[in-house]
Amino acid sequence: MPEFLLPKLGADMTEGRLVEWLKKPGEPIARGDVIAVVETDKANIEVESWVPGTMEKILVEPGPDWMPVGTPLALIRAEGPEAAAPPPPTQPRAPPPAAPPAPRPLAAAHPPPPGERVHVSPAARRRAEALGVDLAAVQGTGPDGRITLEDVDRAAAAKPQPSAPPDRRDRMREAIAAAMSRAKREIPHYYLSTTVDFGPATQWLEARNRERPVTERLLHGVLLLKAVALALRAVPELNGFWIDGRAVQSDAVHVGVAVSLRGGGLVAPALRDADKQSLDALMRSFQDLVTRARAGTLRGAEMTDATVTVTSLGERGVESVFGIIYPPQLALVGFGKIVERPWVVGGAVVARPVITATLSGDHRATDGHRGALFLDAVDRFLQNPQKL
Amino acid sequence: MTRDEIRTGVIAALAAVVPELEPGGLDPRVSLRDQLDIDSMDFLNFTIGLHKAFGVEIPETDARQLATLDGCVEYLAARLAARDRPSAA
Repeated sequence: MPEFLLPKLGADMTEGRLVEWLKKPGEPIARGDVIAVVETDKANIEVESWVPGTMEKILVEPGPDWMPVGTPLALIRAEGPEAAAPPPPTQPRAPPPAAPPAPRPLAAAHPPPPGERVHVSPAARRRAEALGVDLAAVQGTGPDGRITLEDVDRAAAAKPQPSAPPDRRDRMREAIAAAMSRAKREIPHYYLSTTVDFGPATQWLEARNRERPVTERLLHGVLLLKAVALALRAVPELNGFWIDGRAVQSDAVHVGVAVSLRGGGLVAPALRDADKQSLDALMRSFQDLVTRARAGTLRGAEMTDATVTVTSLGERGVESVFGIIYPPQLALVGFGKIVERPWVVGGAVVARPVITATLSGDHRATDGHRGALFLDAVDRFLQNPQKL
Repeated sequence: MTRDEIRTGVIAALAAVVPELEPGGLDPRVSLRDQLDIDSMDFLNFTIGLHKAFGVEIPETDARQLATLDGCVEYLAARLAARDRPSAA
């Protein structure tokens, strides 16, 4: 019977924590159904099952413990011939279920000891229960020392806050540090840049957006993503992974988009088949991906599928980005700010919006010549935005 | 709709893209992008939120008028007044 293992949701992931099961034993599972939520160093990720069948048995309950990648979390009874086979003896290879969280103090639920009667309004008592405040430790400020709603709220606010947010930030920083250190240690980067006339793209985009309602508007970033995806079709040597000492090209173009998170850190989930999507479809996918990345509801496949990464720092005034490749990918593409610059068109100097496109390439996989062809292809695609 | 009601609606649309928003700490005359570190995707989602909350179309060329909280309120008040004004028979 197939085991559902804690998946590796990124090159830098070594462990994770089970947050929630979304399927119960006995519930059917279709291929691609989200069945669990797993916390990684970077985000809470919705994890899919690629085995259709039925949730047979949960081996690990949600809890505070971090487990290594590959830990069996559940058993899934597969559909088809495999389901008819006798089930192998179940070996409890999973670590013991995590201890349930300690119960919150619910002092208010029990009468206080004689002689220590706490005067408290029913509303304040309910609030204390809801917030997990120990009424015995609250100083009442109402008449006769009665504990008021405000007293409970004040006590709740004074309680030590859960350490999850700073802990998450620390873990994310450590994960980024590990991945980037590995990249700089192992990947011999080369860097190229070119300045692209963004006039045609800007004019086309303005005209197109003028005719559409706000819900159908395109951002210039989606033109850049599509141009990169098409250029990777033209120069496929940059699209793929470095695995076991050699470059492995990917047939699909899944563009990882670097998304900065509120509060710090970043993730780079994948826009799948970006080369095949229309601009409208790609924009909706892009919008959905960024929104979910910031809300912490990304899917497992989105964290692992990217065949290249695109980063753009232009919105904060940066003119060019020379990024670090996210291993095991082969390249990273950067875009800077759109700026007006003198530009020669037909022998005359005119003001044009331009953007700097950069490439960080893995010299083990490609040479500067291929990289130059790629940037040239990006430029060509952006000169004909109507064909993107 | 009063300006206070519009302001409340604008803040709600902002909070949808900036969950940690503290309305009391917002300077109504300073750029929202600069105060809240929002990017073009956040701003587009904010604009869509305004469109849905107030039922007015917001052309891309008007985006600059939405740069600050006060700007949003003034812009939407004008749009709503124009929409609700009885047309000449």
